[in-house]
Amino acid sequence: MAAAGLGEAVRLVLARDLRLALRHWDQVIQPLIFFVIVTTLFPLAISPALEELRGIAPGVLWVAAMLSSLLALESLFRPDVEDGTMEQWVLSGQPLSVLLLAKTVTHWLLAGLPLVLMAPIVGTALGMPQSVWPVLAATLALGTGSLSVLGAIGAALTVSVRRGNVLLALLVLPLEMPVLIFGARAVDLAMQGEAVAGPLNLLAALLLLFVSLGPFAMSAAMRISVET
Amino acid sequence: MSTPFAAPTAQPHLQARAVHLWRGENHLLRGVSFTVGGGELLQVVGPNGVGKTSLLRCVAGLLPIESGEIEWGGQPLPACRDVFNEQLAYLAHVNALKADLTALENLSYAVALHRPVARVELLDTLERLQIAQCADLPVRALSAGQKRRVAIARVLLMQATLWILDEPITNLDVAGIALFEECMAEHLRNGGVILTAAHQRLLQGRPQVRTLELH
Repeated sequence: MAAAGLGEAVRLVLARDLRLALRHWDQVIQPLIFFVIVTTLFPLAISPALEELRGIAPGVLWVAAMLSSLLALESLFRPDVEDGTMEQWVLSGQPLSVLLLAKTVTHWLLAGLPLVLMAPIVGTALGMPQSVWPVLAATLALGTGSLSVLGAIGAALTVSVRRGNVLLALLVLPLEMPVLIFGARAVDLAMQGEAVAGPLNLLAALLLLFVSLGPFAMSAAMRISVET
Repeated sequence: MSTPFAAPTAQPHLQARAVHLWRGENHLLRGVSFTVGGGELLQVVGPNGVGKTSLLRCVAGLLPIESGEIEWGGQPLPACRDVFNEQLAYLAHVNALKADLTALENLSYAVALHRPVARVELLDTLERLQIAQCADLPVRALSAGQKRRVAIARVLLMQATLWILDEPITNLDVAGIALFEECMAEHLRNGGVILTAAHQRLLQGRPQVRTLELH
């Protein structure tokens, strides 16, 4: 009896989670709506003058993206742990790290990718020139990937804590600061017409680092969480 | 089609020696020992809170034990974890079903992680457990007993040698219990091993059935 191959296992997890997301899409789009609303609050609170908004636009977009990525984390592992699916995965004979990474990829597809696509539109509303769009989308694509992996480690650690979402935010947000700094900085540089290769490379390096080591941390944390 | 019990270990054999487990300040398992071989069912009994579920979770590998040894086919568990996981079907208190997926989808995602499985086979198993009419209903629409039957269908479909079943007949009606006992008897005839915790005696009076009293 040969267990399913790794690729097949990843495909199964992705297919299952995307199908589940489709069944309750109203919950899935909440982070995106949150992102749009938060970024809309700034012109209302500060000033509708585009020159003023332009200066803070990269920071606003990035902070909003970080918070909305955090919003979807709470429900990343919790349902599977509560209904016993995670125990079945631990015992499935498949590497838990790979299964959890597949779930993290779904988190990015549902909570990261929509932000990447929506950001240029929101950016324009904050006075960002069109020429910055590619850099904005690139930093967010790389950055939200890192946020998803870091967030997933935190979610695996806090999944057995009742009402662990505040703890999750306290745990994950400080770790995400480098991503925020390089991401917002790259967009800022692009708006001033300067070279952005440096921060972009660093973001890509961070993503590679997190994707390669993160799954092991997730599975170690999850095994501890499942014990209780 | 793979054979159900192509076990690398010649004879399925589960043994625990002097297993100790602490849960916080509570010394839950105090030197539990047992052996159970192919074609045998070991039923763990005892009052609530005595550690039946914990023992089952220890054996399954979800809970690390404090001291003692658990062996599968003569090898200590940590050394043969992969082989053990492939031959294990674990049924917990909770059914591990997604309420938003249909019974069929739930089974196909869960079983396919272990082995390739055809839709016909899933339908046949649901038919055998007399819940074929629920195949395309979302699990949230099923009754508690029907959900349990879907979870039992997953155990059957895994084609595992060792079944670890935690209160398997919870919520089952009389017909359901009889049906499930027939499934267990067949598993034992095929040389399978069952470790279970249940308040009601299962397969009572059969020679292959033994009990382990925890206190």
